Formats: sequence, structure tokens, C-alpha cells
Amino acid sequence: MPENDVALMGHLMRRAGFSAQYHELEARAAKGYEETVEELLNPDETTHGMDLDLAERYFIEWNHHIRCVPEYIAFRMINSKSQLEEKMILFWHGILCHTDSKNQSQVASHAEWEMLRRCGMGSFKDLLIEISKDPAMVYFLDNCLSHKDAINENYGRELLELFSLGVGMDGEFNYTEDDVKECARAFTGWTIANGIPPQPYGRYTSTFVFNPDDHDEGEKTFLGHTGNFNGEDIIDILCKQPATARFISRHIYDFFVADEAQVPTWMDTPPRDPETIKMLEDEYFRSDYNIRSMLRVLFNSDAFKNARFARIKGPIETVIGTLRLAGEWTTPKPGFEAIFEEMKHMGQEILNPPSVEGWHTGRDWIDGGTLVRRINFIADYVGDVSYPGIGDMVQRLASEGPTITPEGLVEGCLRLLGHYELTEENHQMLVNHARDSGVSSTDSSEFPRQVAEALQMIVATKEYLYA
Amino acid sequence: MTSNKKDPILVVLQMTGAYDALNTFVPYSDPHYVDYRANLQIGPDQVLAVDDKVGFHPGMDQIKDMYDQGKVAVLQGIGYPNPNRSHFRSLDIWHTAEPERMAPDGWLGKAIRDIDPNKENILTAVNFGRGLPRALAAPGVSVASIGDINNYGVLTGIQSTEKRSEALDIFARMYAPMIGSGPVSDYLSQTGLDVLKGADILKTAPETYSSSIEYGGSPLSQWLKSIAQVHLADFGTRVFYTGVNPGTFDTHANQSVTLPKLWADVSTAIGDFYEDLKEHNANEEVVILLFTEFGRRVQENGSGTDHGSGGVAFVIGDAVKGGLYGEYPSLEPEKLDSGDLQWNNDFRGTYATLLEQWMGLDANPILGATYEQFDFIK
Repeated sequence: MPENDVALMGHLMRRAGFSAQYHELEARAAKGYEETVEELLNPDETTHGMDLDLAERYFIEWNHHIRCVPEYIAFRMINSKSQLEEKMILFWHGILCHTDSKNQSQVASHAEWEMLRRCGMGSFKDLLIEISKDPAMVYFLDNCLSHKDAINENYGRELLELFSLGVGMDGEFNYTEDDVKECARAFTGWTIANGIPPQPYGRYTSTFVFNPDDHDEGEKTFLGHTGNFNGEDIIDILCKQPATARFISRHIYDFFVADEAQVPTWMDTPPRDPETIKMLEDEYFRSDYNIRSMLRVLFNSDAFKNARFARIKGPIETVIGTLRLAGEWTTPKPGFEAIFEEMKHMGQEILNPPSVEGWHTGRDWIDGGTLVRRINFIADYVGDVSYPGIGDMVQRLASEGPTITPEGLVEGCLRLLGHYELTEENHQMLVNHARDSGVSSTDSSEFPRQVAEALQMIVATKEYLYA
Repeated sequence: MTSNKKDPILVVLQMTGAYDALNTFVPYSDPHYVDYRANLQIGPDQVLAVDDKVGFHPGMDQIKDMYDQGKVAVLQGIGYPNPNRSHFRSLDIWHTAEPERMAPDGWLGKAIRDIDPNKENILTAVNFGRGLPRALAAPGVSVASIGDINNYGVLTGIQSTEKRSEALDIFARMYAPMIGSGPVSDYLSQTGLDVLKGADILKTAPETYSSSIEYGGSPLSQWLKSIAQVHLADFGTRVFYTGVNPGTFDTHANQSVTLPKLWADVSTAIGDFYEDLKEHNANEEVVILLFTEFGRRVQENGSGTDHGSGGVAFVIGDAVKGGLYGEYPSLEPEKLDSGDLQWNNDFRGTYATLLEQWMGLDANPILGATYEQFDFIK
């Protein structure tokens, strides 16, 4: 297997998934890049490769979805072979976001998560309709408080600002305050039966209902169109806007290719890579707003393939990726809570983004406190060769010959971590360090510790903050 | 501002879980109180009375002593508009000082930026606990967040002292800024080096510290000891933050057993901390804010209390003009807010008082509006 192909697969699996162990990269590379892309783009019930029955019996609250929704989410991220499916839910969760701190209903959060699974790679228009009818969202953005005679603009505004158009593009505003009001009017009557949060009556499922008596049937003028619009009509108009194509394309680029400027600056800050954005916008319209098609052209583009290590990993990617690398949590066991604590302390709590805008990404993930937690978390895992994934790395290096050079050790570790790359200076520093620790023989009892130390130094680098 | 020669220090103690205002600062002689609290009542013989109406929970004797010395301001009926009874959301509101909408930045984060706009001191603010509370988060503000001061820094998992010191040496060289590598890389370098430098400075604090005070074993006691160590080491830290673990004060059941122990731990920790500062002649420059996310339901549920609103907070220190502030919310059934105490003073008024009168900062830009202040700072 040419190492270039494995390296490219490492890149794909860091972006279109939560990274993968070396043997998986080899197997996927052997299958082929485009074939792997297709496999990731077309998940179904039979391809995730997990024993969810077993997990459900272990996490007994899963099947009621009373609690343990973060456990369910994390377990699937770690173990699903349909990695892109899980990654896409995280992508949408950061954009179409709600917080369980307001909703206090894991039943509703779970229903939304599964809706994102079902619709996350289909038509963007369908997704907008579904999210507008999603009970967690209807409650989170107060659309259930928006009435024919007294509109609440919250959902109307966020649908335009955060879910479709964005505030502005190329220095121009994308909508007016009147558009917000008219949009909110069109969504009156889109409400829920069974309130959220479920207290004090217990745990039941909330459902979307359309209440025609509370729907404003008057004429509305929205983005220059006039008519008796309902929510679907608004979404139809929104999906046709070039600003929506731009907005979604930039989000996809930011999440899968390279760190973009923070979303609130997009009106005045042009895209980092206008050509790739144009390619995505064209595919958006060509495919009738199909997200899967946009991802397909993206993953197969040179712009994507060349954008190695151009994004700072988010905390969920960091934690899940580390556990996948270590081969930990492949079966259910107690103690999962500590994993969410880690994500939270690194700055990203599942189901609780800091605001309606979702998480700020890129360099904003890193401050003194989060950096310490991130490095120590990864270093503690890779430094423990009793984890199957780390033990495998030692075995693999040992199986390559009875002796190893300091260069061989550092390069081998970088390769097994998924073909990471260091600056020349840092690479040399780690080689010198390995030489000073006297690494030479792979059957020495010191060898596992030497591998662990090299791995720890690599994951502490600035380069390893990136994916 | 007082005539302190030393810079004023703010220590914020977050009592997560929502302590029961009614049984913390007890309206023991109110007949309604006796009705609502058939099982959980703290009677006149138990309460640490401050007058013929109200008094402290019996576990809070050190705090009561400090009250008697005029060092404790009791903020009665503290709250905010449209009370939220979710722990998480309500804490967010206290952290961001923004009840109306979700806001990403913390009030203290913004205060720290005003105290040290050029980031001259990487230890301007120090948090003790697991993870950084949003109160301290703001773009461009770096806060040292410490779980254990004796084991703080990167790569603490490396056991051998020699190996770890080699590793840190390499880490420092790897994070050295490189010309032309761009602003993001420079920022990451700076953050990495700040962490190293912070850890280097902080580890000297326990080494130079000595005291006759023996702190208790509770995590809060240990964190307050660490705060004393860092403060006494004179690193220029102006804001300290710590608290108790999530859910600690969430006394839905068995409150009569748990609450005395919880308050005894907190009160002892604060008493020891104050005595420690006093022993080192460092008591005058420190003011403590003790708060929780909301109060609990007026009507007990049998053995505990459920989520409510309308709380009580405390500001403690030599610079504090002790006494009662705000009004004790009425317990008359028709004056309750859906079965909860009706708040009567916005917590942002207390924040504004601390920011302006104690820390000497302009509160308006930090809080986004002007709030009526108390005069609890001397």
C-alpha cells in the first residue's frame, strides 16, 4: 500500500470522521479513495457495524431516551463505521443548534439528533422544513410563543441569520427587519403539543402540530416576494437565494476543509478560498440543494485533498478521536460521564453550545485552560500502552525489525497517528530527544515506554492541535 | 474605592446546586415559614439569629461570627427578571449577567480585560476547579484554570521528574514563536508559553507559604488554601474563582441531613481562609462574593426542596459594611411568584457595586447597562 494513499486516507478520516487507527486507514486505502467517499456518503442501518442492542441493554435508559443521550451520541461517534453520518450530525448540531440547558428534555434532544441523522445529507430544503417542525427547536427558539396576534420574532430571525442567509454577503445585508417580521408571521401556528420541558408531568414525547387557528393568513412580503406565505413558502424562497448557497458552503468549508473567519464577520470578510466556495455553491444549485452532492464534489476535489492540517480540531473531535485511536470504549462500560466532562472542560459540551450561534471554532477553541486539558488528556491516553490501540502501535514498530533509529521511531509514531507532519525544527527536536533516551532496540523492555514518550511529545505539539 | 494601599482582590465562590435561601438565611419567626416548612423548619433555638426575625443556618457559625463583626453584607431577595429554574441556564445568567438572551462572554472575563488590557500578567485571574466557568471566559482573556496547584501544567502524566523536565524543555522550544508563521500560530505559541510560565510561577506559591491555620479536608477548603497561597505569593492576581461541584447544594431530598454538613464545610472553609489572610496581614484587600444560581421552592416537598427562585447572596470582608441589604421577600402566599420567593434586587446591582466601588472599574460597559448599586463597600 503506497504510504501517500494511507496519508490521504488519514486526512479524509480526520475530516469525514473522527479519525481512525492505522489498520483501518490501510484497509480503506486498499478499497480506494473514491469508493471510501461513496461508502461514507451512503450510510444505512446495516453499515454502521455496531452492536447497538448490546449497548442499549447496558445503558438501560437509552431506549427510553430519558437520559444518557450524550452517552448514546458519543458511543456511536466512537464505534460507528458510518463515520460521516455521525460527523454530519455534529456539523448540523453546531449550526441548527439548541441547548438542553434551556429545553431540559433529552427526549426532544434525541428526537432532533435522529432527525439530523435522517436528513443531514439530503436536501437542505427538507432539512430546513424538518428543523422548523422539530419540537426541540420550536421550543428553543420560542416559535411556540409566536401567535397570529402577537408574533415572537425569535425563530423568524434565527432562521434567516443563523440557518440560511446569514446577516450579509459581500458587504451587503441579506434581509431587512421587515423580512424578519414577515418570516415570523409565516411561521405562526407552527407549534408543539406536549410542552417542553416535560416537568412536572413526566417523560413524554413532544410533537409538532400546525394550528391553523393561530396562523396568520394575511398577505406577506418577504425578500421581494408577495403572497399568503406559510413556513414552507418562506423556506422555498430562502433556498433559492445565492446568500444561502454561500452561507452553507462556507459552513461546510469551515467544518471540513480549513478554518474560516468566525461566522459573525462573514458579511464583510470574503471566503478564504473563493474558488472552492464557488464550486460548492454551483453544486448546491445544480443538485437541487443536495448536501450529499456538495460533500461528494468537495471530498473529491484537490482543494480538499491538499488542505491537510488546516483546521484546529474541536474538543469533541479531539476526545472522540483519541478514544478511537486508543481503542477505548469499543464496548459499553461505566464511567462515560468523565468523557463529557473532558469535552466540556475543553470548551465543547454536547447539547449545550454557548449560544444560539453555536461554538466559535478555530483558534477560539484554545486558551490556557483548554490547552492544558487537551494536551494532558491526549498525552495520558497515548502514554498508556495498555490501551489496545497504543499497544498495537508498539507491536507494529517492533515488527518492522529488531533495531530502530531515532528517526525511525519519530517517523513511525507520526505515521501510526495517521500521518501527522511536524515542522522540520520540531521533528528534529523529537529525533534528538529519542536519540538522547537511547532508543535502538525494539525488543528491549524499555521500548514500549520510549514509543509512549515519543507519542506524548508529538501530541503536545502545536501541529497536533490541527487536523 | 477604599483607602486600601494594596490592589483590591475579588474572590468569587460559586455554590453550585442552588442552596435553599429560606433555610440559609432563615425568617425563623415568620408564621408562614413555620407552615411551609413542617419538617425542615429551623427553629428559634437552632437559628443563629441576627435579629428577632432572621438568622443564619446553624452550620454557618464562622460566617455568623464575621457578621457580628460587621464584615458580612446579606443580599436578601437577590434575583433577576423571569427567573429560570434550570441549574445550567441560571448559572449561565449569573455568569454572563445576561438574563434575556444567550451571551457567550463572562462578566469577570470582561472585568479581567479591563484590569489588564495589555495582558501583562498571565495570572491576573486564577480559577480553581475542573474547567473554566463561563464567568471568566472572554475573547483574548487568558485565565489560569487549576485543578490541583501541586500538579498544574502540561504533561503532568509523565511520572519521572527528570523525564517531565526534559519534556517541558522541548515543549517550550516547540512553542517558541517562529517568524512568518502567522497570527494563529503566534497565538497558539503564546498560549502554550503562558501556560508554562504560569505553571512555573504558580508552583512556587505552596513552597513559599507557611501558616498556622490547618484547613479542613473539603475540596472548598483546599481550594481556598490554594487561593491564600497564590494571593500571599504576590503574583498580582486580582480575581480568584472557585466553588463546589455541580449539584452539591441540590437538596431535593434529605435536606435536613445534608444542608448542615454543607454549610459547616463552607463556613469553616471561609473562616479558615479569613484567619489565614489575617495571620499574614492580608485580610483587608480581599472581598468574597458567595452566590448560588437560584433559591428553592418555599413549600418543602417532604424531606427536601425543589427548584425555585429569589435567593440570597453574601459579600464578606473587612472592606464590607456589614448588614442586611435588599428586603426579605414576603412569604405571604399571594406574594409568592408561582410558589417561589419574589426577588426584589437584581444581582447585577451587586456586580456593579463590586466592580465599581471595590475593584475600581467602570461597571456599565461590563454589564451592558447601569444598575442601582448598594453601599455595602466601606
